[in-house]
Amino acid sequence: MDDAIEIAGLRKSYGSATALDGLDLTVSGGEVHGFLGPNGAGKTTTIRILLGLLRADGGTARLLGGDPWRDATRLHRRLAYVPGDVSLWPNFTGGEIIDLIGRMRGGLSPTRRASLIERFDLDPTVRARAYSKGNRQKVALIAALASDVELLLLDEPTSGLDPLMEAVFRGCVDDERERGRTVLLSSHILSEVEALCDRVTIIRRGKTVETGTLAQLRHLTRTFVAAELAGPPGSLAGLPGVHEAEIEGNRVRCQVDADALDAVLGRLTAVGVRSLTCQPPTLEELFLRHYAGAALEPR
Amino acid sequence: MTTLAGAGALARMAIRRDRIMLPIWLYAFAAFIGATVYGFRGLYPTAAGRAEFAATANHNSALLSIYGPFYGSSIGSFTAWRDTAICALLAGLMSVFIVVRHTRADEEAGRGELIGSAAVGRHSALAGALMVAVAANLAAGVVLAVVAIVLGLPAAGSIALAAGIAACGLVFAALAAVTAQLARAARTARGLAVAALGVVFLLRAVGDSVGVGGPRWLSWLSPIGWAELIRPFGPAGGPRWWVLVLPAVLAALAAVLAGLLAARRDYDAGIWAQRAGPATAARWLGTPLALAWRLQRATAASWLAGALVYGVVLGSASHGIQGLFGTTQVRRIVLEMGGAHGLTDAFLAAVMSMTGLAVGGYAISAVLRLRSEEAGARADVALAAGAGRLGWALSHLVIATAGVLAILGMTGLGVAAGLGTGAGTAGGAGTAQMLGAALAQAPAALVLGGLTAALFGLAPRAATTGAWSVLGFTAAVLFLGPTLRLPSWLLDVSPFTHAPRLPGGGVSAAPLLWLGLAAVALACLGLFGVRRRDIG
Repeated sequence: MDDAIEIAGLRKSYGSATALDGLDLTVSGGEVHGFLGPNGAGKTTTIRILLGLLRADGGTARLLGGDPWRDATRLHRRLAYVPGDVSLWPNFTGGEIIDLIGRMRGGLSPTRRASLIERFDLDPTVRARAYSKGNRQKVALIAALASDVELLLLDEPTSGLDPLMEAVFRGCVDDERERGRTVLLSSHILSEVEALCDRVTIIRRGKTVETGTLAQLRHLTRTFVAAELAGPPGSLAGLPGVHEAEIEGNRVRCQVDADALDAVLGRLTAVGVRSLTCQPPTLEELFLRHYAGAALEPR
Repeated sequence: MTTLAGAGALARMAIRRDRIMLPIWLYAFAAFIGATVYGFRGLYPTAAGRAEFAATANHNSALLSIYGPFYGSSIGSFTAWRDTAICALLAGLMSVFIVVRHTRADEEAGRGELIGSAAVGRHSALAGALMVAVAANLAAGVVLAVVAIVLGLPAAGSIALAAGIAACGLVFAALAAVTAQLARAARTARGLAVAALGVVFLLRAVGDSVGVGGPRWLSWLSPIGWAELIRPFGPAGGPRWWVLVLPAVLAALAAVLAGLLAARRDYDAGIWAQRAGPATAARWLGTPLALAWRLQRATAASWLAGALVYGVVLGSASHGIQGLFGTTQVRRIVLEMGGAHGLTDAFLAAVMSMTGLAVGGYAISAVLRLRSEEAGARADVALAAGAGRLGWALSHLVIATAGVLAILGMTGLGVAAGLGTGAGTAGGAGTAQMLGAALAQAPAALVLGGLTAALFGLAPRAATTGAWSVLGFTAAVLFLGPTLRLPSWLLDVSPFTHAPRLPGGGVSAAPLLWLGLAAVALACLGLFGVRRRDIG
């Protein structure tokens, strides 16, 4: 399948503030792609450029094979968007807004609309002025998910949802994946991205710092190893790829680079292992490494 | 008084937020009264001329309904006659805007939540807003009194005039505090208070113009009427200071009521419960134009209702003009108001000019919906859902244009109906003629709408302030231009200078055509800008 989104060297500044500084992002058709970055990294700016709301200063962006600025209206019929901070018309009911957005996009399925309203437990007769942030988000999500589109652009879509609704949302994204839809999910909630996404792009200060599958990204980082041994392990610190080794009698705790795991485990089993814990790096740690820079080493 | 904790700090913050608007209001009051005193000195230098005019005007129901009666023939009486009702109306508007802006609008925008969570009391936001309104009205009163005294009017009368106007402002500050508790939307709260302002203006318009035997006591029911009834420069005995008790008591009662209501309601809720709405959208609601209509129809409907009442009242009032054809003084004052031929026609033409200006204000507010949709990030939702930029922007321009035409048409029909109700109308003031006279203002009003669209497209952040400043400028030209003898090039900048004076005046197609073209060109410029710029 063709790439749904191809962005290369994208630049955008607001006055003297640079929002995007050569961002690259490729989302293949049919994948759920995580778009990670801290607040202010440029996630929303990127999505707004993809929606043709902002004009890029430089670089290229292709969306579903078209130009997001020139072909905006035509492309919008093939995609749905959920903003991070959903603003709705205060006098309209949730049901009216879902219908309005769906119709402007070219129609929505009444059965899907009804089932989504039930799944998300939304009262569609309430006026938007009275909805909480979470309920406003549900309205936008239902409008997006009920329409028959190829691409979903979701900008931190769960920031107002409670854990129960977050689970419903995850179920919906899984359904979309099975249907072959492409999803770009911007987030700073790592567990969500870890649970949902096939591939991840991490950005920082308007630049892409890492992109790949979760497995690929984990490859770049360290595994936490804790072991209780039959005897003192001797010095582990001398081994290449071992970091922050702490030895207390027969107990060892350390961080190990992926390619040094063989050697370290070999040394441990040679002494004799009583108990062993190996934790894969969480995305959290990946994240911290990319954002904290040299100031904060991984735990 | 822990429910008032922090009110002072909130009031200071509110004044800081209003630091541009408040001086503009004060300047408007100063300019208004200054121009009046200065203008009447030039127009009526002699006591005899003034006495003749005052006597005739007191028998003229048209002038009585707009300005109220004369209580003397000094320059002071003339100033009070000309300025009391209109300045009281302006003070009321200023107060409504201030109070709603710092109470309900803050809650609606969610800013109030942050403030409410700080160490401030339940009534602090309300009290803070009322403090700002009190300060603004005090300042307006001081400005009015000082300008009047400096220009040579008696001190006691000047202070009484200013106090009456400021007291009316205070009444409406307190009433707006009440409507801000009732309605959940700032727009509704503001609309209710402004409608109340319109009602009390009409009460005194009827009470002042019915003459002996009619329900003259209606003026005593109106806070604007009270400002007149103080008789600042009135007959012997000085101003009737005791009348000030009425607005003071009413303002205090309304403020207490607002406080009680505020204690009874939840944050971000109105006293009026929000009804559940339809679970699905109406069949027609699915295009950018339908969305624009749905967003703007309530505003348009209130304008239409207001236009009808205004037209009928002023249409009936214009009967009084007919018997006064012979007095030169009336002709002079009507000429000053902008008329040209035939006194009834001149009066109606002045009415139409004012309508054109007001409808220009409507055009600005309707086009500025685009800006509030953009600033509120709702434009994103519509545009991402497949509305094209052009279609989205054009929808609101279409609604604004249709609204301008409908409101003007309704005013024309109202005036014709009002004229028809009176006995003894000889003139051929037919419905078609009044409709035409009202609609002739449309191109000028649409220029203001087009200009707003151009600002929105090219300088969105400046659009709101810019557009309202332009309306302020055109209002100043219309009201003060002839009196102040402003240079003609300055008058020519205002589109209303080029609108025909109808009924009664000559019509030539050229200015209407040029105004229409200017409106279209400005709108196109705006659309061009919208297509090119970033949204948000």
